[in-house]
Amino acid sequence: MDRKNPDLPKNWELEKLEDGRLVLNMGPSHPAMHGIVRILLTVDGERVTDADAEIGYLHRGFEKTCENVTWNQCVPYTDRLNYVSPFINNVGFALAVEKLMGIETPARCQYIRVIMSEISRITDHLTCLGANAMELSAFTVYFYLINAREALYRLGDSAAGGRVTPAYTRVGGLTRDLPPDFKRDAAEALASVRRNVADAEKMLTRNRIFHDRLRGTGAISKEEALGMSFTGPALRSTGVPLDVRKATPYLVYDRFDFDIPVGSNGDNYDRYLVRLEEIRQSARIIEQALAQLPDGPVNHPAYDVILPPKPEVYNSIEGLMAHFKLTFEGVKPPAGEVYQAVEGGNGEVGFYLVSDGSGRPWRLRLRPPCFPLTAGLPKLIKGGYIADIVATFGQINMIGGELER
Amino acid sequence: MTSYLLETLKTRFPAAVLETHAFRGDETAVVKKEAWKEVAAYLKDELGFDLLLDLTAADYLPREPRFELVCHFYSTKHNYRLRLKCPVPAGDASADTLTGLWPGADWFEREAWDMFGITFAGHPDLRRLLMYDGFEGHPLRKDYPLKKRQPRLPHRD
Repeated sequence: MDRKNPDLPKNWELEKLEDGRLVLNMGPSHPAMHGIVRILLTVDGERVTDADAEIGYLHRGFEKTCENVTWNQCVPYTDRLNYVSPFINNVGFALAVEKLMGIETPARCQYIRVIMSEISRITDHLTCLGANAMELSAFTVYFYLINAREALYRLGDSAAGGRVTPAYTRVGGLTRDLPPDFKRDAAEALASVRRNVADAEKMLTRNRIFHDRLRGTGAISKEEALGMSFTGPALRSTGVPLDVRKATPYLVYDRFDFDIPVGSNGDNYDRYLVRLEEIRQSARIIEQALAQLPDGPVNHPAYDVILPPKPEVYNSIEGLMAHFKLTFEGVKPPAGEVYQAVEGGNGEVGFYLVSDGSGRPWRLRLRPPCFPLTAGLPKLIKGGYIADIVATFGQINMIGGELER
Repeated sequence: MTSYLLETLKTRFPAAVLETHAFRGDETAVVKKEAWKEVAAYLKDELGFDLLLDLTAADYLPREPRFELVCHFYSTKHNYRLRLKCPVPAGDASADTLTGLWPGADWFEREAWDMFGITFAGHPDLRRLLMYDGFEGHPLRKDYPLKKRQPRLPHRD
């Protein structure tokens, strides 16, 4: 093909190396790259011989921004980290600040936080599996799973007032209690999830094409996965039963009966099975938590932690002053540093906070779970076919919002 | 109150461990920069901290030493967490790389270089990660203005 157009950039043609290999750009604008990652491949025919991931297209300066606002003003920013499981980020951040302050929220608040976290975990897994199936051309499954996700988004919306960006937690509590019909709605939504997941499973798990595309591709050993700092389903698929909810329980997770599924081969198919089972386990946790849900307040009683109820603000000088101080200066955790980990959809979501005793964070660091996973992507795809990249990239479930913050 | 783990570190590295504390239950050891890699290797090989969860930095301008490297380790064998820190002076903002011990430290260190300008001696490929080539400054430093604008770059092939 002889099309020498001087207006085109120099490297518009595939660059050919001396030994016959090609340098190939995958992304950043590619349907399977979820919009924002560029992978530089060196291919020998259909085989990937070398790869390098380039990120940074969705960097928004989350950590820098949070250093310049009050603690509670960070909560809406945490929604936008992992935007398919926003409640987990909200809960993780609130828990970290509460740990820094040395306070604990009432039991009802902790149960609600567990319920919302598990709803988020299911939406995260549903999105991952649905998108993965769609990219491997099983389009019907995508609609089944996204239907189930929509039921859960509506459930979260009924409680928090936002589908994707709920900003539900505050330091020391929640923005509001659950709506009156929540238990009934939750039972309906979970029934929809179970039905759709069962349908999807019938179409995928023993499907010849799906099985062949996932089985044995993107495999990693237990030792390598630990060395690459993998957590979450990607690590559990190699056989390491590490889950923050069991290892170092937070909130009231030690009161529920649930299992941690593990794989044995560390390939894409095991990651798929682990996620599928985790959806069922999360549904179990939600049902147990709703059955045990205690009555009582959802917010911490102290006025220097969370905004007092409005009748107090309008009718007493103490309530008014507390409201004013909290709004303008924010909560003031003591000087110090903490690290709080929660189990996100992709692995350990860790908040490392440093406070200097003022109303703003001195340093706020998020440990994004898909950051090491994306760093390990070249290792997972090397030696495989170009087509396997799509399956592997879908199964590591890279979320740009938390990867690049 | 210090734990068995922190006591062990103090006994093993009496000259290198500057300080230990367990604020809110997070066990923390602060070590000298020169012993950073040695202590990390000891943690990995002898004490079973096989998972490097996070590596980042913090800027404490105007304090000197200005920067601090912060590592969070986890041991899958003992189900135990530990935070390891080392002060890094502004005049010599560099430390030894941990990529030889945990390959996963690669991107964490690239991000620390990108955001704070701390170099890692022995890192195989220390490039910017989130920012682009030609970006001026290191955005998470406290003296980087919040609304600083960057120069326009010429078009590259």
